[in-house]
Amino acid sequence: MPKANDALHVELRQATPIALDVRFSCPAGQILALVGPSGSGKSTILRSIAGIYTPATGKISCAGEDWLDTARGVNVRARLRSVGFVFQSYALFPHLSALHNVMEALSHIPANERASRARAYLARTHLEGLEDRRPDELSGGQQQRVAVARAMARDPRVLLLDEPFSAVDQVTRERLYEELVAQRRELSVPVILVTHALDEAAMLADRMCVLYRGRTLQIGAPYDVMTKPAGVLVAGVLGLKNVFTADVLQHDAEKGLTRLKWGGAMLDARLNATCAIGSRVDWFVPPSHIVLHRPEQRQRGLESEVEGVIVRCVALRETTNIQLAVSTLPGAILSFSIPTRIAQSNGLETGLAITVSLLADGIHIMPPDAVGA
Amino acid sequence: MDWEAFQLSLKLAACTVAILLPIGIIIGRFLAWTPFRGRVFLEAVLALPLVLPPTVFGYYLLVSLGGNSRIGHWYESLSGHSLVFTFQGLLVASVLFNIPFAIQPIQRAFQAVPSDVRHAAACCGLSRWRTLWRIELPLAWTGLLSSLVMTFAHTLGEFGVVLMVGGSIPGETKTIAISIYDRVQGFDTASAGLMSAVLLALSLIAIGVTYLTAPRVDRRHA
Repeated sequence: MPKANDALHVELRQATPIALDVRFSCPAGQILALVGPSGSGKSTILRSIAGIYTPATGKISCAGEDWLDTARGVNVRARLRSVGFVFQSYALFPHLSALHNVMEALSHIPANERASRARAYLARTHLEGLEDRRPDELSGGQQQRVAVARAMARDPRVLLLDEPFSAVDQVTRERLYEELVAQRRELSVPVILVTHALDEAAMLADRMCVLYRGRTLQIGAPYDVMTKPAGVLVAGVLGLKNVFTADVLQHDAEKGLTRLKWGGAMLDARLNATCAIGSRVDWFVPPSHIVLHRPEQRQRGLESEVEGVIVRCVALRETTNIQLAVSTLPGAILSFSIPTRIAQSNGLETGLAITVSLLADGIHIMPPDAVGA
Repeated sequence: MDWEAFQLSLKLAACTVAILLPIGIIIGRFLAWTPFRGRVFLEAVLALPLVLPPTVFGYYLLVSLGGNSRIGHWYESLSGHSLVFTFQGLLVASVLFNIPFAIQPIQRAFQAVPSDVRHAAACCGLSRWRTLWRIELPLAWTGLLSSLVMTFAHTLGEFGVVLMVGGSIPGETKTIAISIYDRVQGFDTASAGLMSAVLLALSLIAIGVTYLTAPRVDRRHA
């Protein structure tokens, strides 16, 4: 059972060579995903936790033990930190068999128990019968499993995963997702996952930390971060569409709504009383909160109608992606997806004028230049 | 065939390799992974024997190891005999002259070991010694082999430095290369030819071993 003091606390600051200004914690048993574009410092943070990179200033503690405290001159060596690290390249020892790769991480147990324990770890990652193969005799997915088995064999206090699924095909990736989800139930340590893929973070992580140029922009549950980005910058880093600006007309505390004027349209958004009446604000609506207009089901005040013309309609198997040029605001494009079956039954195609509803509880008003933590 | 000279050359080559291989591992590993100011300068100094004419290198060694030099004087007071024109002096010269042949292949081999693999060893909890023994050396063994073979073969054939520092004292400093020169001077072309053929064969084996092992390992670790 994870204990509160088994958490990982990280605080790093430096200006060069890679700018870092991050602070986060991850309780035992939770997966925290670090997401951000290339160069945002994700891997450097992971390496700092592992002890293979030392930042200019910082503090890292895990399970109540200080691993790094530059102010006090504490810097525990990587080999003494009990870290399980799955590298992006897997970094398996190329001259050793899968079994010996795992055995090398078992130096903390008696020598005569290492082989059997290593076999058990390989069995847990579904590699029975492949123990004697060297890494170059294994597929990408099998190599990833050996890397995971080796990381687990260390009996780590924290598990670090540096884009562990980036080098395998989609089918293998989905299988490995399922295995990680299954294995995490047995883990009682903090897990830090570095990933470029938002859907990966959303699927696997309990919380998500958005990084940009070494800075923490927002931390929260993946759904919250992706539906309520802390600012335009976060939305940009996450590649979110449907970010616009509008004028605040009024707040209705009773209904929990803020009314916005967006071009020629009036929108009801989730209440954000912190923005002044008459001010210009950035707002975002997730594609999941844009639906085809349903006059018979309309709930006044809870959704806003927007008219437009379909400029792009692409069916991708079960889902159809639609881009709608908003009639009341030239240049504004709303992007959303609907089931292909519904798109076909409504005869949706490029050039067709339609009306969509923006659900009020999905419209998120972002303070200008907001940078949350 | 001058067996005495051949034996002396083999002994000199073996001793040179025995001394330079551990030094090559330490310095080659250090240069491969440790960034520091003046690194290029140090690498250039260590590579100097590659471009310096052997007689010039030998001359400076003769001057710095001779009885009038501090090192020579110190050695003489310690051992009771001069360092130059002795096997020990020859060994010192051979070690210094072979530094680039020993260090460069090892440095390149260590540089070829992916940094993530070394970091993975640290994350696995391996000590520095175990990382060197179990991970780094097995991955850099082609460099070690190349260093060993090149140093050995180069020592066998060295002429200029040996002549300057050791002269041509039979059984003490007269190596096979010096012996070949002496035989040619004495019009004994049959012996000179045989000894040259032996050196040629050893050189071909050395080059063959170096070139044949490298691609095989590269393929295995690709």
